[in-house]
Amino acid sequence: MQTQSSGKKNNETGEVKTLKADFDYAPSIEATDIVTIKPKNKLFIGGKFVDSTSPKYFDSVNPATGEALAQITEANAKDVDRAVAAARKAYTTVWSKTSGQERGRYLFRIARLIQERARELAVLETLDNGKPIRESRDIDIPLVAAHFFYYAGWADKLQYAVPGARTAPKPLGVVGQIIPWNFPLLMAAWKIAPALACGNTVVIKPAETTSLSILLLAEILQEAGLPNGVVNIVTGAGQTGAALVSHQDINKIAFTGSTDVGRLIAQSVAATDKKLTLELGGKSAHIIFEDAAIDQAVEGVVQGIYFNQGHVCCAGSRLLLEESIADMFVDKLKTRMQKLRVGNPLDKNTDIGAINSSTEHSKIKQLIQTGRDEGAEFYEPENILIPNKGYFHKPCFFNKVSSAFTLSRVEVFGPVLTISTFRTTQEAISKANDTQYGLAAGIWSEKGSKIHKTAGALKAGVIWANTYNRFDPTSPFGGFNESGYGREGGRHGLLPYMEF
Amino acid sequence: MSGLNTSSNNSTLVVAKTVKLFIGGEFPRTESGRSFPIFVHKTKKIYGHMCLASRKDVRNAVTAAQTAQPGWQSKSAYNRGQILYRMAEMMESKRAEFVEALTETTGLNAKAANKSVDDAVQSFVYYAGFSDKYQQVMGAVNPVSGPHHNFTMTEAVGVVGLLGAEKFDLANFTAQIAAIIVSGNSVVALMSQAGSALLAPLAETFATSDLSKGVVNILTGDLNELYSHFGTHMEIQSLSLQIKDAKKVAEIKAAGAMNMKRIVGTTSHYQSLEHLISFLEYKTVWHPIGH
Amino acid sequence: MRTITIQKDNGTPILISAVSIDEVGANERADFFTKRSVKKDSKLAALYLALSMCDLTTLEGSDTPGRVQQMCAKAKYPVPPDVIAPFLAKRNLPPIPSVAAVCVYPSMVPTAVAALKGTNIQIASVATAFPSGQAPLEIKIEDTRFAVEQGATEIDMVINRGAFLSGRYQDVFDEIVEIKRACGDAHLKVILETGELGSLDRVRLASDLAIEAGADFIKTSTGKVTPAATLPVTLVMLQAIADHHRRTGVKIGMKPAGGIRTSKQAIQYLCMVKETLGAEWLTPDMFRFGASALVNDLMKQIYKELTGRYYYDKAFAID
Repeated sequence: MQTQSSGKKNNETGEVKTLKADFDYAPSIEATDIVTIKPKNKLFIGGKFVDSTSPKYFDSVNPATGEALAQITEANAKDVDRAVAAARKAYTTVWSKTSGQERGRYLFRIARLIQERARELAVLETLDNGKPIRESRDIDIPLVAAHFFYYAGWADKLQYAVPGARTAPKPLGVVGQIIPWNFPLLMAAWKIAPALACGNTVVIKPAETTSLSILLLAEILQEAGLPNGVVNIVTGAGQTGAALVSHQDINKIAFTGSTDVGRLIAQSVAATDKKLTLELGGKSAHIIFEDAAIDQAVEGVVQGIYFNQGHVCCAGSRLLLEESIADMFVDKLKTRMQKLRVGNPLDKNTDIGAINSSTEHSKIKQLIQTGRDEGAEFYEPENILIPNKGYFHKPCFFNKVSSAFTLSRVEVFGPVLTISTFRTTQEAISKANDTQYGLAAGIWSEKGSKIHKTAGALKAGVIWANTYNRFDPTSPFGGFNESGYGREGGRHGLLPYMEF
Repeated sequence: MSGLNTSSNNSTLVVAKTVKLFIGGEFPRTESGRSFPIFVHKTKKIYGHMCLASRKDVRNAVTAAQTAQPGWQSKSAYNRGQILYRMAEMMESKRAEFVEALTETTGLNAKAANKSVDDAVQSFVYYAGFSDKYQQVMGAVNPVSGPHHNFTMTEAVGVVGLLGAEKFDLANFTAQIAAIIVSGNSVVALMSQAGSALLAPLAETFATSDLSKGVVNILTGDLNELYSHFGTHMEIQSLSLQIKDAKKVAEIKAAGAMNMKRIVGTTSHYQSLEHLISFLEYKTVWHPIGH
Repeated sequence: MRTITIQKDNGTPILISAVSIDEVGANERADFFTKRSVKKDSKLAALYLALSMCDLTTLEGSDTPGRVQQMCAKAKYPVPPDVIAPFLAKRNLPPIPSVAAVCVYPSMVPTAVAALKGTNIQIASVATAFPSGQAPLEIKIEDTRFAVEQGATEIDMVINRGAFLSGRYQDVFDEIVEIKRACGDAHLKVILETGELGSLDRVRLASDLAIEAGADFIKTSTGKVTPAATLPVTLVMLQAIADHHRRTGVKIGMKPAGGIRTSKQAIQYLCMVKETLGAEWLTPDMFRFGASALVNDLMKQIYKELTGRYYYDKAFAID
């Protein structure tokens, strides 16, 4: 067939700009003028933005540039104490006397305001976290609003949460919450919405690298008229978190983060009556059977490990391929990975944004070195170029990984996949369960009975069959074993926030 | 069980039945070869010698429980219910033994002892009836946005350690075991020393109820010596702490953090759904809806 | 996994495994391409490219030589060159490309040949008892030969859906083989009529069958059945092409047809091709749009890029 290429025909003048047949995507940068970032950020206690008793600040960095975005207050023990006192006062004098219907009204309002300021929240989240704007815009923020909407409706229906419970559910009191940096605002929503719906008041600490979106949420809470002190925000790092966990007037701690920190928290509340829920790390298996819908499975694997730069506790970080399809699958995976666009998170066409911090960046690089040293086959697409400023990392994998390798056991929390093979369903199951974690797992097969058999046998709290990394406010999320305990989302997400 | 009591028959030399541990469906002596005496209540008269279980016995029991658990969990809910109901029947048939041990060693009068057995039997019946219902109460089909079927089902936690209350309460202890095993967990229970004499009829109840070997394991011994091993053992996924000693509880909770043990405290409602669900995990499964 | 055995005319068996497609996953992936943001120079490049990939088509009972001539004129110059030249000059841009091909009934092929003489525009014809395909094979072959003899450089045929849906894959295969033979040097585009296939699994199987039988291009639709081309259907067909290329190194072309009316849609398809098959398929040799209404919208958008104004339909010839 003859070629009819653009621009050649009728071209008699000679010197004209040629248009490349292979059009590339020009930068399509989301404007940031919608967001106003305060240079110095305060704490949010008792419904007001307040200074620390002895102000100390740290920088919140835009990981895509390595430049500071703003200064954040590091809350000290006294500040935490003030926040807990404000939460206690709000609990005793206001919130415990507020009807479920009223509490629901506040949550509905908050949800609506989040929708109205969605773009602003998305841009801010991307600036502070480094995740692609496409994800903050299409996934994070819509889920934040949806989570508030979902739990808003529960607030006046709690007696139905546990059918036939012998007592009407009661709130626990003041809840201390500590959230991670990978989905800053979404994790805040997962924590705050059910706590408030059940009638608790909250002191919440965001991760030190991502405080900005929750501080904007504080403005939304003010705008929604939420009574003062019902939600208090103390920014800071480990010490602030420790002060919150060890505070005597807290009834419950809810933590999402690393298993190591979760363990310390569990130890530190051991001698108290504080209730505890933990959503911790994972090393989730992603099983591809030979009868899978292969192209969709490749996509699922990519979504499973490279979504949000791999900063996902439930990331499908251990790919288990049935031997008969392994080479073909790996080949397809490589082709697909070469199309991933790594770069400016604000670019609407970016698929993989910035690694959240230099700390995480070094940790990932170090673990990759370990993987190389242990002798697994390393692959990263050569065609992908990453910016030389900021913290970026190419999507990559290690093939022919043994279960004994470090990377098969340790959570990398980055865009690093391990690949190994299996021959029978039983072997797939036992390899998948060969971990101290138990957060999630993926299964790809077009055979229904095999899916149910495998799903039943996997020791994990969330099983994605023929899909991966989907989230919904109605769907309980949480792990088995060392991935923590308690569920967030759905009816089950209410249970840790009430006495029944 | 009759210990060294004077028998009612003509001989004054009764054959003393040795009370052993209950591990993996067998009745082994403690590997340590140690024992401790149980006295007839408020007397110095020896009722019998009990095994003083060691750390290794705990380990063996955990291994037995771990081996038995998957098979027990995979039995149908109906079948587990049948077996729990069988326990009620077997306990009822051993009522005399239970009452005798309760009155002789714990000081209950006959009426109170019978009431305790009534309650224990009822707890088996109660949980037998729950075996195929809690899943429906606690499971869910979740209305996620988009073309996915999403459901949450319950699953056993695994191996559960049980430290019985210092003050022995047969009904409570029995109900606790029933609440743990009904959903497919296995249990390693340490009885309070005060109730040790009850191990024999209790273990026989389990041993004769068609229960898979190793699902229930019961030890007698010294709480002070053994409690920490329950906290540290990495193959125990959950602990039910009936003991009241706050210091021990704190220590166990701290030790249990290593493998994120689900630690469950005491309850006043030992026959309740709330209690049963303390020993459940929730597993949520997503699947696309398409063609 | 289901495997279909086909015999080539020399008796060699070919095994085609029925590849499963998860519909929800395919839809999601297809939807992803609607999220790509193609702006500024990229957009202009995409609009030019899309225009150069269009097959302008008229397949009506009411077709007349006059109508075909009119279409051919538009195929050469989607807008009068003199009208747009000043705008292009200002931006130092190349002339507006002509479209890739015109597509007509066999009887209209001579008219098109005459009208397009001296251009590179391909002449496609829908032989094989288009659009129903309900005619004996001999007639279809004759139809094809006739069109090729008259000067058609491309033949668009439609598979026998009745045979396909009732599992007579050998019949479908044989027919494609026969038509391909009748095509001689003309390229064969095999229309699957995906709107009648009922599932993406079948779209994939039909794609594989057509490719194995010798299709140079696979094409979604006749345009006479709704739904015609969709992103998920096209994605599945592109993946069949990718797999064939992976196995054999042979590149098959793709043509979504029907239902693509806007530049926005066209760009989504181009993004899909780019990220599923790669730049090698982003040429009129390997990718076509069977979409006549699209041409005007592309021109409207090109004008918009050139002038900053949203253009009205009146500026362009209807057909």
